Amino acid sequence: MALLSIRNLSVEFSTAGGPFRAVDGVDVTVDKGEILAIVGESGSGKSVSMMALMGLLPWTARITADEMSFDGTDLRSLTARQRRQVIGRDISMIFQEPMTSLNPCFTAGFQIKETLRQHLKLDRRARHARAIELMEMVGIPDPARRLNAFPHQLSGGMSQRVMIAMALACQPRLLIADEPTTALDVTIQAQILDLLQDLQKSTGMALILITHDMGVVAETAQRVQVQYAGQKVEEQPVRALFETPHHPYTAALLAALPERATERRLPTIPGVVPGQFDRPEGCLFSPRCRFADDICRHRAPPVQPPALGIARCHYPLDTAATEAAR
Amino acid sequence: MTAPVVVADHLARHYEVGGGLFSKPATVKALSEATFSIAAGKTLAVVGESGCGKSTLARLVTLIEEPTGGALTLDGLAATPDNWRRLRSTVQIVFQDPYGSLNLRHRIGTILEEPLKINRPEMSAQERSDKAREMMRLVGLRPEHYDRFPHMFSGGQRQRIAVARALMLEPKLLVLDEPVSALDLSIQSQVLNLLLDLQERMDLAYLFISHDLSVVRHVADEVMVMYLGRPVEFGTKEDVFAAPRHPYTKALLSATPSTEPDPARQRIKLQGELPSPLAIPAGCPFAPRCWKAQDRCREARPELTGAPHAAACFFPEGL
Repeated sequence: MALLSIRNLSVEFSTAGGPFRAVDGVDVTVDKGEILAIVGESGSGKSVSMMALMGLLPWTARITADEMSFDGTDLRSLTARQRRQVIGRDISMIFQEPMTSLNPCFTAGFQIKETLRQHLKLDRRARHARAIELMEMVGIPDPARRLNAFPHQLSGGMSQRVMIAMALACQPRLLIADEPTTALDVTIQAQILDLLQDLQKSTGMALILITHDMGVVAETAQRVQVQYAGQKVEEQPVRALFETPHHPYTAALLAALPERATERRLPTIPGVVPGQFDRPEGCLFSPRCRFADDICRHRAPPVQPPALGIARCHYPLDTAATEAAR
Repeated sequence: MTAPVVVADHLARHYEVGGGLFSKPATVKALSEATFSIAAGKTLAVVGESGCGKSTLARLVTLIEEPTGGALTLDGLAATPDNWRRLRSTVQIVFQDPYGSLNLRHRIGTILEEPLKINRPEMSAQERSDKAREMMRLVGLRPEHYDRFPHMFSGGQRQRIAVARALMLEPKLLVLDEPVSALDLSIQSQVLNLLLDLQERMDLAYLFISHDLSVVRHVADEVMVMYLGRPVEFGTKEDVFAAPRHPYTKALLSATPSTEPDPARQRIKLQGELPSPLAIPAGCPFAPRCWKAQDRCREARPELTGAPHAAACFFPEGL
């Protein structure tokens, strides 16, 4: 059985200009000990869907789902109090900006111990020992001293390590990392990604990695799900996704990487991601898709079978067709 | 060969920080020993992590700050404060964040014409407007955008506006400070293509500042890798990417995630983080994180020399 299973999740925000659907019928499943990457551009609903799972969205959000279960527990039926027992202990999250996610008024040690105090029955001394152990685990040198450091005294990489230590404090079974390395330099990014992978292996937790960086996906994930304008458009194991993308959006995104360029002019995707007021009828990608025809512009596309990457497309690309198009 | 548009000779910028009544101020060496030149139509990319002096270099070249050492020549004219006024229209800059660098209360037309109002007072309003519309066409904006406000545009379009504004005075050198790192992947390629088009058409020299090596590999002619305020490697793009000589360059290349899923690839893991620029280690600044460091590295600082391209290392790679 899957550890986390979300079916048909939608999130709507009521805004001054009417309801805005940020997440539109997204399915997410994660097995025990698996690394799933959710990729998409800004506005693709990747963070919002995970915030909905964590219950971190403001009251203006209307969340609906056919199923939202974690390890057999239906998260929708829990009261807020019961939910807080699970969130932070069994499911925890790392946020994008390490510098702003830590509370500047409290020491790093206090913030790690706070999690322990909330969820585990440890006494003061045991909490202190566990905090030091956690900081050692995430590779912070001289942990006993760093416990008393305030966030402004830590560098970006160190702050992110503290965030990871907090998230791991109660040995979660699912860790959600929302763009954990976007704000960091590449050499530090490499350290943090290695750390996450090592911890995932040693603790056997499941990891959901939200990112827009295709390189990070290729190096870390096992399975990838691509989102566009609030919808899941494709899902495949990582190697297959990079070799044979089935949705035209995935294919175009991969072709636009400077790394894969064969000529001086990069292949581009014309236009921009649709917003609240210019949401197209039919397939959401159709205005930017070079394969689109009248059907795409008027009818919402079906979801293809797993052999075709669960692509949400009328005309999914398969290997033979992709080769011919080249 | 024509004269280069910009020549920097041992450019340096040191800041004095702190210091009270009784304590001596400390010196932050934000940039030292930057030597390079860029010819018209060429791109020099500057790479490095945060705090390596990339943005200080951009501020010096765009005449926002005065260097504390070395000499800068722009378009054959020494860039001393006396000449700044004349040189201002030779060099222009495009900033990283197109959301922060455009005035939200001005229409696009006004934004584009402002440089002309200040620097070309002899131009009539009609001429200014014609030039702004022409420039909008060049960067791929539609004529009806002239009367709109920046909030009505997406990130990619805003960056087009920022590029158009920078080009209004027909500069010879454009400083691009992380021009695409705030943009989404599908938009990034549009803006990169635009920059390449404009360079060909207007014979612009680019100083391209970035931390994204895959972008640099795509646009650059020459690459300067910086670490803690000093260039550590300088060479043509082909040389630097194919055969990096400085260990830092090698580590940087290996740390950049590749989009080919390949579990067998071994990454060089750099230990530790950048030291504070207030306490740059003696000897080679990279020595504390370098896996090849020996006693000599900790005592003396290597100069930027060597062939086939320059690297500041006593024990360069590939020997």
